Amino acid sequence: MRLVLKSETDVLKKVEEISGQNVFSCYQCGMCSAGCPMSEEMDLLPNQVIRLLQMGAFDEILGSSTVWLCASCYTCRARCPRGVDLARLMEAVRLIVLRKTKDDYIPPARMVKEKLPQIALISALRKFTR
Amino acid sequence: MKLAYFPGCTLKTTAKKLETSALAVAETLGLKIEELPNWNCCGTVYSLASDDLIKQLAPIRNLARAQSFEYKTIVTLCSMCYNTLAQSNILVKNDGEKLKKINEFMSEEEDYRGEVEVKHFLTLFKEFGLENIKKIVKKPLSKLKVACYYGCLLLRPKRIGIDDCEQPHILEELVLSLGAEPVNFPYQVECCGSYHTAVKPEIVAMRAYRILENARENGADLVVTSCPLCYFNLKDRQRDVKRLYAGFKEMPVLYFTEIMADALGIT
Ligand code: SF4
Ligand code: SF4
Repeated sequence: MRLVLKSETDVLKKVEEISGQNVFSCYQCGMCSAGCPMSEEMDLLPNQVIRLLQMGAFDEILGSSTVWLCASCYTCRARCPRGVDLARLMEAVRLIVLRKTKDDYIPPARMVKEKLPQIALISALRKFTR
Repeated sequence: MKLAYFPGCTLKTTAKKLETSALAVAETLGLKIEELPNWNCCGTVYSLASDDLIKQLAPIRNLARAQSFEYKTIVTLCSMCYNTLAQSNILVKNDGEKLKKINEFMSEEEDYRGEVEVKHFLTLFKEFGLENIKKIVKKPLSKLKVACYYGCLLLRPKRIGIDDCEQPHILEELVLSLGAEPVNFPYQVECCGSYHTAVKPEIVAMRAYRILENARENGADLVVTSCPLCYFNLKDRQRDVKRLYAGFKEMPVLYFTEIMADALGIT
């Protein structure tokens, strides 16, 4: 992948502040991506998201579906040999986007119209809307 | 010891079967369980951000309420409620500053002291003693091969997990005490796709297919779970699985308390 880097250190600072994680703890072993249940659907693998964060390439992450496909399953966190809580990093990126754009990522009107358990709807609203 | 039961929203609607069977089992075991008065939705997903404390209010309110009724323990059935209550509880236990802020905000409640214990029914049953459960089984589930599905939120993150997060066995032990046979089930801790069921049902159907086929390959007659969302994704999404995978055969999915109630002769 070829990138034009414009190191966005303020965004990285925000990500680290919201998540409480140090992205430079990651040594790119790929364990997180190997076990991620959603990786097949993702255009960037979870470890690539961290790599891009390390490089300050926030735009690349914004254009990707990865943080939105993350299901907060905590598998990566349980397995990371460096103790990085990737689930929190994913949440931080989602929040930065939601807070910036003032739009829902997926508005309620575009959610599935069938009888769902409340916990499905409430959690989807918490993750995808402002 | 009195235990406060926190049902959560879904236990009163789509997961009514989970509540009914669990409470019937608890009564048979002689456990003193009372529904927490005035409980509110816990928010379903624990907030993973350091800077939006407002999302911790819903779970902490329930814990404060349990405290005000002098309950030392709050028990839950839904894996999502369990996870949210337990993680928020740890957050405020370890961070006096945040606890203080939350308490100041919740002016109508007494201050939460961070002392209520959050427990899942499975842990409660284990503490009751699986040997004791075995003794009161009326209709052993012999020859029934059961795939025990845990999903994510009972086990991860580790500090709130009710068992080992990669190779749990608490459900298997329970199933054994009921006279049934737990099968080897490598996909038991794989995520079902969770809330994506509300936005991308086809992804959930693909996850469900893999999990259910893994149970089938290992000889399971049925799958049991404790989470109303996993239950919906593994059971109701089989409609979508059939559309995606020709020849897929239905796999029964039940709450663990339903097979318990059967074995104890309650139904
Ligand atoms: S498992 Fe941890 S160290 Fe390895 S790539 Fe993922 S985040 Fe980095
Ligand atoms: S928490 Fe998100 S990134 Fe991590 S394994 Fe689960 S779905 Fe993948």
